[in-house]
Amino acid sequence: MSTPQTPLPQQAAPPSWESGYTSPIPVVRAHLGHAIVSEWTKIRSVRSTVWTLGIYMLIVLGMGALIAWAIVRVPSEFHGSENPLAFGFFGLLVGSVCIITLGVLTVASEYGTGMIRTTMTACPSRIRVLAAKAVVFFLVAFTTTLFSAGLVALVHTALLDGTGARQPTGEEWLRGTLGISLYLAMLGLLSLAVGAILRHSAGAITLMIGVVLAPLVLAAFMQVESLEKLRDALFDYSIPSQMAVFYANTGATLRDSGPSGWDSLWIILGMTAAAFAVACVLLQKRDV
Amino acid sequence: MIEAVGLTKRYGDKLAVDNLSFQVRPGAVTGFLGPNGSGKSTTMRMILGLDNPTAGTVTICGRPYRELPNAPRQVGALLDAKAVHGGRSARNHLLCLAQLSGIPARRVDEVLGVVGLHDVAKKRSRGFSLGMGQRLGIAAALLGDPQVLLFDEPVNGLDPEGILWVRNLMKSLAAEGRTVFVSSHLMSEMALTADHLIVIGRGRLLADMSVKDFIAANSAGFARVRTPDTEPQQREKLTSVLTEAGAHVLPEQDGALRVTGLPLPRISDLAHEAGVRLWELSPHQASLEEAYMRMTQEAVDYRSTADQKAGLMQPLPPGAEPPLPVPGQGQPGWYVPPPPQRDERASAPDTAQSSGTSGRPAAPAEQPSAPVAASAADPADSAPSEDAR
Repeated sequence: MSTPQTPLPQQAAPPSWESGYTSPIPVVRAHLGHAIVSEWTKIRSVRSTVWTLGIYMLIVLGMGALIAWAIVRVPSEFHGSENPLAFGFFGLLVGSVCIITLGVLTVASEYGTGMIRTTMTACPSRIRVLAAKAVVFFLVAFTTTLFSAGLVALVHTALLDGTGARQPTGEEWLRGTLGISLYLAMLGLLSLAVGAILRHSAGAITLMIGVVLAPLVLAAFMQVESLEKLRDALFDYSIPSQMAVFYANTGATLRDSGPSGWDSLWIILGMTAAAFAVACVLLQKRDV
Repeated sequence: MIEAVGLTKRYGDKLAVDNLSFQVRPGAVTGFLGPNGSGKSTTMRMILGLDNPTAGTVTICGRPYRELPNAPRQVGALLDAKAVHGGRSARNHLLCLAQLSGIPARRVDEVLGVVGLHDVAKKRSRGFSLGMGQRLGIAAALLGDPQVLLFDEPVNGLDPEGILWVRNLMKSLAAEGRTVFVSSHLMSEMALTADHLIVIGRGRLLADMSVKDFIAANSAGFARVRTPDTEPQQREKLTSVLTEAGAHVLPEQDGALRVTGLPLPRISDLAHEAGVRLWELSPHQASLEEAYMRMTQEAVDYRSTADQKAGLMQPLPPGAEPPLPVPGQGQPGWYVPPPPQRDERASAPDTAQSSGTSGRPAAPAEQPSAPVAASAADPADSAPSEDAR
């Protein structure tokens, strides 16, 4: 466009339909790296990202601070052999709603606004678009969670240090920061895949919050003896329980049943992989 | 170069696009015309790989869109101006599209300048007017400096300056040797912009020919005949004489007659023999709009009708004349001249003249028009019955 157009060799030559116009801007072969850079621009240039992540950090750090305040006020209550990092759990449980929202919005907001048609026209490889979104979202969610959870854990251990509580072991540190951050980022990725399947923001967010809460609510109403096994399974494998596993004491599980150690991460990894497989198939098959 | 072969798209039991085959060539602006709901946008979406065709294929430079190695560098598209995230600024919107295909970021500022959105580049696109949104969409299409450009209704919502700009832009893009494919439902706009026309109705191909051939093949010339206003019986007399001679006579709003099917000298002779004086006898060529209307009138899905206001009218005051109907409103075939008879076309002075001055060798010009003349005859068969209503 801005290139000087005065000499037009195409016009002088007889209309050779095959040659047409050649752009002076060098053409590169587009790949996943381009898509990732593009998705990074997208995710940082809308306010909804800033708001959801801001509220998320506010919840995690705010609830952490509230508990820290409680520790300072009544330090004797927090003695014992329990994992001192466990207090970070509550903030992340509430904050998971924000991660779910951001994950869903990363894909579904494009469908809501119609942007997806522009995106898919600019990058006809739909799997590449989904992969780029997943990579960028995962890194953003993981980094934010690691920062917030790490900060809260550091503050709590520092405050508990003087009260006679034990220091967390290395394994506990790893699970309470890196592990839980990976888990929450995977939960967000699951939401992202669900957003790509449902293509509707409100529907996908509602479904994901239901997935987090429904097993616990259902279990609470299953007071019948015959349903005891199902109740326990629902309770053990509900997402809040899976998150709590990252704060369990090393070696000793509170319960015989249910996930332990790093099991939760493998469970969510499997769920996310399955959701992505469905999303990819649908994405390839459906009209945008 | 866009090539569609047997393109078909079915939504449930509705056939949106029906066995459409056409080629869009470089170096020309090709207009893509059809009434609302005729399948233009669906075809555009299939070209861009957004919708999968039920049958048939469409390729760009020999490849399906989804197999192009770097699609935005070969094809630029304006599908609809609302396909943006309203919370993102114009510049960031274009930047993320540029990054997707490895286009340098300074190109973004270039196209922002081209479409005149430099001053609002940092503003969120939610606040954009329809025309500004359209400009942003055009900027996105130009971003990759592609050799094939598709525009779906590009002048929607643009101001007169913008419309003129888009017209010139498309012509200059085509002059650079690019393929420019523009859909519109405005025939008058296409008459000014396009070199070649592809007309569809109800998903089927109605015409694929140059604009000049289109007019020559589809618009009948007609004569405007005016008898003295003071003597209405002369007008009736002339009408019956001309009708007997095989002409098709339609009264016009101002009392003149629109006569088709007879050359002007013959009308004059008949009037003279009948002893009818003429105040006016003038040749007219139907516009592209009229040609298009006649071609697509059978294929219109959504047709307006006259607002009857049944039972809601106030009784007219005694002595008042009922208002005259607005020409054309609720009367689909009112302004539609009967179709050119294929054998008579040579004798009709206007059509003979226009096909003679088209500056093209006669043989190739006749070739593409032949199938269309046949298809144009179908809708025209019903024209007289619609006139009678």
